[in-house]
Amino acid sequence: MQGQLNVRINGTPIAVPAGVTVAVAVALAERPCRTSVTGEARGPLCGMGICFECRVAINGKLHCRACQVLCESGMEVETGSR
Amino acid sequence: MTESQLHFDVLVIGGGPAGVAAAARASDCGARTGIVDDNPSLGGQIWRNEAGQHEGDHYPNDASHWVQRLCTSGATSLCGMRVVHRPEAGVLLAESFDGFCELRYEKLVLATGAREGFLPFPGWTLPNVMGAGGLQAMVKCGLPIRGKRVLVTGSGPLLLAVAAYLRKHGAEISMICEQASWRSLARFGLALSNWPAKVAQGIRLKRELAGVAFAANSWPVSASGQQALEAVTIMRAGKVEDIACDYLACGFHLVPNLELPLLLGCAVGHGRVHVDDFQETTVPSVFCAGEPTSIGGVDLALVEGQIAGLAATGRATEARGLFSQRQKARRFAQLLDRTFRLRPELKTLSLPETMVCRCEDVSYARLQQCTSWRSAKLHTRCGMGPCQGRVCGPATQFLFDWHPDSVRPPVFPARVETLVATAQHRELHLSEPAGGHR
Repeated sequence: MQGQLNVRINGTPIAVPAGVTVAVAVALAERPCRTSVTGEARGPLCGMGICFECRVAINGKLHCRACQVLCESGMEVETGSR
Repeated sequence: MTESQLHFDVLVIGGGPAGVAAAARASDCGARTGIVDDNPSLGGQIWRNEAGQHEGDHYPNDASHWVQRLCTSGATSLCGMRVVHRPEAGVLLAESFDGFCELRYEKLVLATGAREGFLPFPGWTLPNVMGAGGLQAMVKCGLPIRGKRVLVTGSGPLLLAVAAYLRKHGAEISMICEQASWRSLARFGLALSNWPAKVAQGIRLKRELAGVAFAANSWPVSASGQQALEAVTIMRAGKVEDIACDYLACGFHLVPNLELPLLLGCAVGHGRVHVDDFQETTVPSVFCAGEPTSIGGVDLALVEGQIAGLAATGRATEARGLFSQRQKARRFAQLLDRTFRLRPELKTLSLPETMVCRCEDVSYARLQQCTSWRSAKLHTRCGMGPCQGRVCGPATQFLFDWHPDSVRPPVFPARVETLVATAQHRELHLSEPAGGHR
């Protein structure tokens, strides 16, 4: 992991180390990933793409598992969806 | 949206040790081989981000040796792709972040690995309560852990490996709580002498974890915090204790990923895929290797993967040469099963309001009114969310002795574009969409 790249989480820019996943970027921004159907804040559980708790919108694409996607420069991530 | 169609002599699903070994062996005899994995790179969970650089013939570890062997074998790696459907015999449909792919095969090797076992307890849905392997995976992917207080709980040898890894990266390990009893751990320790490499590994872990408290007969009772985790209450050898921490790493041993074998019609019994001596399932030309056949760790996965890769390319004699090695590794799997069986007290952790199904927020009280997995699905939507019961299924199996009765495509939530595009080529049954979003 060398260098940094910039992504935006809920519109706020954040610099993250190159090579990290979106789930890590969301954690670095100190945000939960999604809101459960009864309104609870949720973050990653399994870290390997099976639990879907870390899902976020990436570049407008809904329900992406943040733990399975590497950050790319300029990525727009939206958390908090149900 | 990009689409493509690929054809392989041998297609391997899963890029962990079993899959990598299977693909490397199949490919080294010239078979057109493809290997598909959901993760951004090969290695699976145990080798995640460990297949580093090597110098000449010197490999720092098994991971780099096998991944390098695979890469030079000419096999095609398809990472970031997950198989969602089997539209017809000999064809799988896989989806990636921005496209999909039809994968055609003559022989198939299923090396789908395992996930952690999760059990509900009050507060387990709080952010920063993660699987033990889950937290390790996050740290391997860049989550800073230096100076963070981590409580490690659950069951299985993974707990020690995770604790040692996190400590090496600067975490402060509050304690390791193993639900198994001292008695079964002692038996495990004695039996371990049959596997000298495991003894060496155990000694290394003991050294790396020097000074960290380890408690047997211990488990999490509840987790609490405002926005995220702040403290965990544990039952430690009969006494309740509160521990302030930043992360709870909690995994109850491992559960094999059987969705794809079930979708393909492979016979499964007692939670394991049935295979013959050559790792072939009850479906001809479909092989299975690694954790779905028994939770035996990396050694068993490597030998089973090799046998599957050899058998899939018609090299029975070479495959036979590995049978005794596999037999030894299988005995270790049986030892793991015996040692880390979950204790009945863990069935009583949930309060009525504790969420059991995290996708659909179905509480323990609502599930208590149901009589089976099917009735729970129909009446509460338990197991009907995006994870399709991968988390709550094994939990309700333990809590209520329920058994999932079928697997329906798509086995992972898939984009409508993917399904529509393939439906243009053939009839696709979409009558009961699984894992859809409301």
